[in-house]
Amino acid sequence: MQTTSDEALIARIAGGDRLAMQVLFARHHVRVYRFVLRLMRNDATAEDLISEVFLDIWRQAGKFEGRSAVSTWMLSIARFKALSALRRRPEQELDEETAEQIEDHSDDPEVALAKKDKAAVLRECLSKLSADHREIVDLVYYHEKSVEEVAGIVGIPEATVKTRMFYARKKLSELLKEQGIDRGWP
Amino acid sequence: MNTTNKEAPSDIEELLPWHAAGTLSRRDTLRVEEALARDPELARRYALVREELGETILLNETLGAPSAHAMEKLFAKIDAEPLRKPAMSLNLGARVSGFFASLSPRTLAWSASAAAIAILLQAGLIASIVIKEKGVGGFETASAPSTDPGVGAFTIIRFAPQASSDDITKFLEANKLQIAAGPMSGGLYKVRVAVTGLPKGELARIVKQLQADKVVGFIATTE
Repeated sequence: MQTTSDEALIARIAGGDRLAMQVLFARHHVRVYRFVLRLMRNDATAEDLISEVFLDIWRQAGKFEGRSAVSTWMLSIARFKALSALRRRPEQELDEETAEQIEDHSDDPEVALAKKDKAAVLRECLSKLSADHREIVDLVYYHEKSVEEVAGIVGIPEATVKTRMFYARKKLSELLKEQGIDRGWP
Repeated sequence: MNTTNKEAPSDIEELLPWHAAGTLSRRDTLRVEEALARDPELARRYALVREELGETILLNETLGAPSAHAMEKLFAKIDAEPLRKPAMSLNLGARVSGFFASLSPRTLAWSASAAAIAILLQAGLIASIVIKEKGVGGFETASAPSTDPGVGAFTIIRFAPQASSDDITKFLEANKLQIAAGPMSGGLYKVRVAVTGLPKGELARIVKQLQADKVVGFIATTE
């Protein structure tokens, strides 16, 4: 069975085809939501933002030139929306979020027990990475974006993409070491 | 080459995450695979990368999904958008290539032949309709609607390949349409929908209405 390509859907959306929009939404909204959620750290805001992202896709479909994959284009829009929303977020909200994060990482017995599981510790450390590092790790590992595509989404040179990913991984190893897991690298 | 070498390994090592995700070019994939086969320390570090990859996927998968309201919200916003003028210019090529890309080679070959024949037949049939419409030796009063092909409100139409001349004639008559020019490239016709210019909104409404007719394969507004 053949499925309609994302590019063909975008072309139909440019012509005002709502069904094509539904198909594209169904195909990509979860990944876009998760990408935004990892940046925003707030379910409700992330959900609001994805409708904004897809509305932009509806409006701009006629301008899509096919220079990148549709999913890459969507993540670029999502990133722009998320960063704009973060800039608008009141200071107080940011402080509360920081407090929640600190609380999340406290070493109560339950967490200490979880830390016996190396995989769980690794996931916890992935969550502790800075926004820049978290973003690049997600784009490479979860969203399966090439060096060139990440450079396009984040707006940095390809060489910087590689070094940023390298330093994100290095930081991850440091965080793991703090939790008592020495990977022998770097 | 091994990871103790300060020159090349860092370049290869930087590529390991993309190698694990399968997003490297063929050339880089070969370079990484060769290095991994030669260098046990690099291979050990690659195992760490694969571990990170697996846990990153798991972490993201546990994030859940947006509620069903997300789609409702989106379409409520889309419904509130102004009526879209079908885009003809930039994306016609993309739309056509997208459509053909979705067909299998065999279907494509058959469709291409069938479409070419259908367009040729339609061109002949529509030419006869146009001649019939214009009539021979007719006359026109000064107050009669202008037949100047440059005056009025127009659309570009490609008729559905299966539409017969009868279907097209009925469609043109029922909707008081006149073929002003064509067939052009791609089997398109310039069709006059009104003898005077119309506001964009009104023209868009007419196009939307005509689009629903099975005789119409493609329709868009034009100057």
